[in-house]
Amino acid sequence: MIRKTEVEETLKRIQSHKGVIGTMVVNAEGIPIRTTLDNSTTVQYAGLLHQLTIKAKSTIRDIDPQNDLTFLRIRSKKHEIMVAPDKEYLLIVIQNPCE
Amino acid sequence: MPLKAPRKQSVSMGRGARKRDEDSGTEVGEGADEWTQSKATVRPPDQLDLTDAELKEEFTRILTANNPHAPQNIVRYSFKEGTYKPIGFVNQLAVHFSQVGNLIPKDSDEGRRQHYRDEMVAGPQESARVVLSDAGNLDEDEEPKEPAIEAESQIDMAIAEVAEKVAEEELMTHKQPKDRKLTNQFNFSDRASQTLNHPLRDRECQMEPPPRTNFSATANQWEIYDAYVEELKKQEKIKEKEKTKTPVAKKTGKLAMRKLTSMESQSDDITKVSQAAKIVERMVNQNTYDDVAQDFKYYEDAADEYRDQEGTLLPLWKFQNDKAKRLAVTALCWNSKYNDLFAVGHGSYDFMKQSRGMLLLYSLKNPSFPEYIFSSDSGIMCLDIHVDHPYLVVVGHYDGNVAVYNLKKPHSQPSFRSSAKSGKHTDPVWQVKWQKDDMDHNLNFFSVSSDGRIVSWTLVKSELVHTDVIKLKVEGSTTEVSEGLELHTVGCGTAFDFHKEIDYMFLVGTEEGKIYKCSKSYSSQFLDTYDAHNMAVDAVTWNPYHTKVFMSCSSDWTVKIWDHTIKTPMFIYDLNSAVGDVSWAPYSSTVFAAVTTDGKAHVFDLAINKYEAICNQPVVAKKKNKITHVQFNPIYPIIIVGDDRGHITCLKLSPNLRKMPKEKKGQEVQKGPAVEITKLDKLLNLVREVKTKT
Repeated sequence: MIRKTEVEETLKRIQSHKGVIGTMVVNAEGIPIRTTLDNSTTVQYAGLLHQLTIKAKSTIRDIDPQNDLTFLRIRSKKHEIMVAPDKEYLLIVIQNPCE
Repeated sequence: MPLKAPRKQSVSMGRGARKRDEDSGTEVGEGADEWTQSKATVRPPDQLDLTDAELKEEFTRILTANNPHAPQNIVRYSFKEGTYKPIGFVNQLAVHFSQVGNLIPKDSDEGRRQHYRDEMVAGPQESARVVLSDAGNLDEDEEPKEPAIEAESQIDMAIAEVAEKVAEEELMTHKQPKDRKLTNQFNFSDRASQTLNHPLRDRECQMEPPPRTNFSATANQWEIYDAYVEELKKQEKIKEKEKTKTPVAKKTGKLAMRKLTSMESQSDDITKVSQAAKIVERMVNQNTYDDVAQDFKYYEDAADEYRDQEGTLLPLWKFQNDKAKRLAVTALCWNSKYNDLFAVGHGSYDFMKQSRGMLLLYSLKNPSFPEYIFSSDSGIMCLDIHVDHPYLVVVGHYDGNVAVYNLKKPHSQPSFRSSAKSGKHTDPVWQVKWQKDDMDHNLNFFSVSSDGRIVSWTLVKSELVHTDVIKLKVEGSTTEVSEGLELHTVGCGTAFDFHKEIDYMFLVGTEEGKIYKCSKSYSSQFLDTYDAHNMAVDAVTWNPYHTKVFMSCSSDWTVKIWDHTIKTPMFIYDLNSAVGDVSWAPYSSTVFAAVTTDGKAHVFDLAINKYEAICNQPVVAKKKNKITHVQFNPIYPIIIVGDDRGHITCLKLSPNLRKMPKEKKGQEVQKGPAVEITKLDKLLNLVREVKTKT
């Protein structure tokens, strides 16, 4: 049984990890539930990444239906966006790995 | 025209010269009277003079069908005879006018085809006519075969009649516009009357439109696959429900279900992200410790080639946890199934400062936080992970208790716990080890403690059942008390190890420095005794490949390697500091590592250097830290080292430390336990020879 506090703690640890700029939890429709960034940025990230994740998941599963997407990493010049999809939710973390 | 008759006469007279012209009907214009009054016949000068007889001669004139323009004699060259030959018959056909028309005879193929097409458009009426006409044609064409034809035509007629009857109803509407009404020409008059037409009114009725929603979905190969998988699951559930259909089970099931649903509705948002959160945490860590991860995977110290035969240990990750900060690492164990997972037991070696204990399980993938945390009241002194069931961890405490934790149910409480009633030790438990399942398929493990007992514990249902296997006695210390009883001083066991192949044989190290070879079946006597060390034996381990060799280390600064058939050690190494732990490498029978309290790690390879360590490296940052344990990873070339400050350092072995025997040119490299055994055997033989000589 996974308790609520454990998950909360994990999210806190991620947020306080070195280089992490922000974390957010987005539901299946692309609506952010929980975020540590400001509203406009969150909404933008949520909408765009949600679509990208669906596309990536569709691609993987089209190639082999028994396979599934575990996570998605997008590394850009400034930082790295990590997306971990779950059954109903999407966890997005933005980290600056070079610090 | 009464004037005609006289005029005619005058005209004919005036025209006497023109005899050839028999046309008497020419009428001369009005002013011709005066012209024709000159009646003298004029004879042209070149007219023929003919006699009367000649004049009366009759000439017959015939109308022939000859073409005046056709040639009268055509001659053709005959190649057969080689001469020109006249052609008898000349074609007299003269075409005056020709025009290509668009009328087709009815009976020709094209005509019939068109007819057929028309009739398809017009309706079956035409087909009946065609049939009739066909029948008629048959009649005309084949006259001699009359009776047969009549019969045929009758059949045809019958068919036609049938066709007509069938099509009659349809034809009614067709016929009327085509056949004009035959009306009496004389006294027929149309009469019409009109009824009152009711005014037409449009009446409409509209309901509320049904509610609409937009539905969109994709049908991909994987969505279809998902649907099938769900179906399967549903069916399996139904089958399971059918199987367990006792009413009691149902009730408890319902209660459980209710509880679950209420819990789920409360915690609907965050707990479902737990899996994703774990993955992301690992990813974030991977980013932060990216270089370390790369080193772990790929870095091979190139300088090893120049270093003669020495090797180095490359520090990788450091694991520590705030909660276990002041507790020493008392036990380390790698998980057999998940090669990146290891368990750390925390407690205290200090007799005076005894506090709580912790069991942490770390994964190499997440160096910043342990995967599992368990805390206990008493310090943990030893632990072991079951080989077949990698979720079972057995732990021995300072207060003499043993406990079994089940990682599948990560509550803080162990699933099995011993107590004073169930036969716990009276002194700290120094080592625990899982054994093979007993005959009832119950899990069981052994524990050794300084109270001199070696106990076998069996997990029966939800309890721990213990059986004393051996009581360690210090030999030669029986004292006779006045009543004649023999009093034995109890030896204190500090370490033990079971033989890999011979199931019943095991070694026990004691505080007195002796090592006893015991058997599970004999509880009173030892199979053998070795006077190993001057101080307490800290660790005893069998060689993973060679069945006869074992190693022991002690706080008397020495590490000794033995052959269990020989009472004296084969190799002795003095490390200048109390040796905390010693461990064989899983990949070679001649490599082992030892850690000392001065913070150094020593790696030996007997195949390369029998007398010295090939690696001698301070591992822990501060020199005050004493290293307490060391373990090799079964798969990866790394070791973990635990110190008494609660830190665990992971180090990578450089290539020199992992050398395999060099293959001779032309021979295949043999791998496998046999090779390792022979390698060690060679060394031992050398040593034995030396010993027998001396």
